[in-house]
Amino acid sequence: MLILTCPYCGVTGEETEFAAGGEAHLKRFGPGSSDAEFESYLFARKNEKGVTFERWRHANGCGKWFHAARCTVTLEVFGTYKAQVTEPPKEILAAIRKRRPGWEPAA
Amino acid sequence: MSDRAVSPLAGAESSGFAKVSEAGLRGMITLRGDLADAGFAGAVKAVTGCDVPGRREVVEQGGKGVAWMSPDELLVMVPHAEAEAAVAQLSQALAGSHFLAVNVSDARAVFTIEGAGAREVLAKLAPVDLSPEAFGAGQIRRTRLAQVPAAFWLSGEEVFTLVAFRSVAQYVFDLLTVSAKAGSEVGFLAR
Repeated sequence: MLILTCPYCGVTGEETEFAAGGEAHLKRFGPGSSDAEFESYLFARKNEKGVTFERWRHANGCGKWFHAARCTVTLEVFGTYKAQVTEPPKEILAAIRKRRPGWEPAA
Repeated sequence: MSDRAVSPLAGAESSGFAKVSEAGLRGMITLRGDLADAGFAGAVKAVTGCDVPGRREVVEQGGKGVAWMSPDELLVMVPHAEAEAAVAQLSQALAGSHFLAVNVSDARAVFTIEGAGAREVLAKLAPVDLSPEAFGAGQIRRTRLAQVPAAFWLSGEEVFTLVAFRSVAQYVFDLLTVSAKAGSEVGFLAR
């Protein structure tokens, strides 16, 4: 069971109050992109073991989408942050490095 | 909208270790916009007499009220018959700004849970810390009630007001009734 804090309404709730939205920080390839790019945008996911960035929605609360950084092995949540970013903010990366020394984001 | 609005469960009641009742019709308006804007706050004040509540707060006063729903959304509560007029008044006051005001009165069901065990009735159904230290007067919590979304707040010392979607009114009433069944007290929140 994950305990997440919504960065919009500040509620710290358990997993069932939220809805998972898949991998975060995808780059969209739309009209004009190559078939390979479009296919990877639609289907290719990192599915990493360990530190992962995900989108979540406070579905049974304020309804906002946000991001969460967590570990898929230990279910530890490193932090949550707002949706209006294209990459994890410095504080989140620092929080992850504090718990996972030597960790580097996958390219 | 029909001229003869009827409440979802015709004021159904049940009692166990807390009394559960369907609270009847209440005018509810979803109001979205910039909550920090002075004009927005003025419009809310003019309609309800209440200030814009802070994050996760609710204010009630003389049959009207305002609840904080999300960073850009309020729930404005007025008597049911005044809802349409309130929407018109808000729309007029906010004209020209980016906003949304919709009468959602008939899409909602309102319940009250009263009694010393009221906190426990909700604590059994929602993943929320309902101890008096964690949840007090003036706070609103939007959450999950078993399988459906709901929001509740304290309207009195031992009185909760709960809002859910009208389509699940019977389900919510049954949930609350079962949760409040006499003899099923957990006692965790008993002081």
